[in-house]
Amino acid sequence: MRAAVVVFPGSNCDRDLAVAFQRAGAQVSMVWHKDTDLPEGVDIVGVPGGFSYGDYLRCGAIAAQSPICRAVKAHAERGGYVLGVCNGFQVLTETGILPGALLRNAGLKYICKTVDLVVKTSASVFTSGYNGGDTAAIPIAHHDGNYFADPETLAALHDQDRVAFTYAENPNGSARDIAGILSENRRVLGMMPHPERAADSGHGGTDGMALFRGLADALAPA
Amino acid sequence: MKARVHVMLKAGVLDPQGEAIRHALGAMGFDGVEGVRQGKVIELDLADGASEADVREMCEKLLANTVIESYTVDMG
Repeated sequence: MRAAVVVFPGSNCDRDLAVAFQRAGAQVSMVWHKDTDLPEGVDIVGVPGGFSYGDYLRCGAIAAQSPICRAVKAHAERGGYVLGVCNGFQVLTETGILPGALLRNAGLKYICKTVDLVVKTSASVFTSGYNGGDTAAIPIAHHDGNYFADPETLAALHDQDRVAFTYAENPNGSARDIAGILSENRRVLGMMPHPERAADSGHGGTDGMALFRGLADALAPA
Repeated sequence: MKARVHVMLKAGVLDPQGEAIRHALGAMGFDGVEGVRQGKVIELDLADGASEADVREMCEKLLANTVIESYTVDMG
């Protein structure tokens, strides 16, 4: 598995995401926001958490217009795999790669704590390491994680089994308790919780590691 | 030449910041504030010849996220 992790000015989970990919056996390259191309042969692009471009205008809005994001969008359109975590999820919605938007948390507070996620589908390379219905304890750390989409989009996500994770207890007002969603071809996952922060016993939990292992198992021969 | 863009959350999209302002106004004794919506104003200094259509394209592509926001454009 060859992975590339995007680094924007203000990214702060890029290294953690790269380490989680590496632990799962991936070869990882870091790509800068001004780069116009992804490295040759990349299977999966990680769009990390943080505060890209200071979250100016809207979270992820400026990043979505960066040169590297055009390459990420082209990669996704070619059927490439993309994982967007936290700010990375916001960037993927701002680019239009994933539907909907992330609003300010309903309680207005920045929330930083470990929460229980429910794995809603194991039918993706991201969630194949879990069983549907499993609970995974994964940290969240966000101010704008309140997933919003119009009723038709929410119905389509549900009907097409594209809700990857929900919150066992909704912390932020997200529609239908949504914590993470898949693209139509199931090759792009955006999620607000941080699996890379639950990928080492030193993190206090390892429930995120199954995501990276599942990815490595699915993409290893590529 | 200036253009002024107002960006607001669409009706039906929860605006927790507006709600917080409404609560604060109520707590300060300003009765009768039934709703508050918070938005943003973006002023653009434009070269002569820029059209409202140009500004609308900017709104669609960057200044507003039309999944959740609506916008209006005032030219001049």
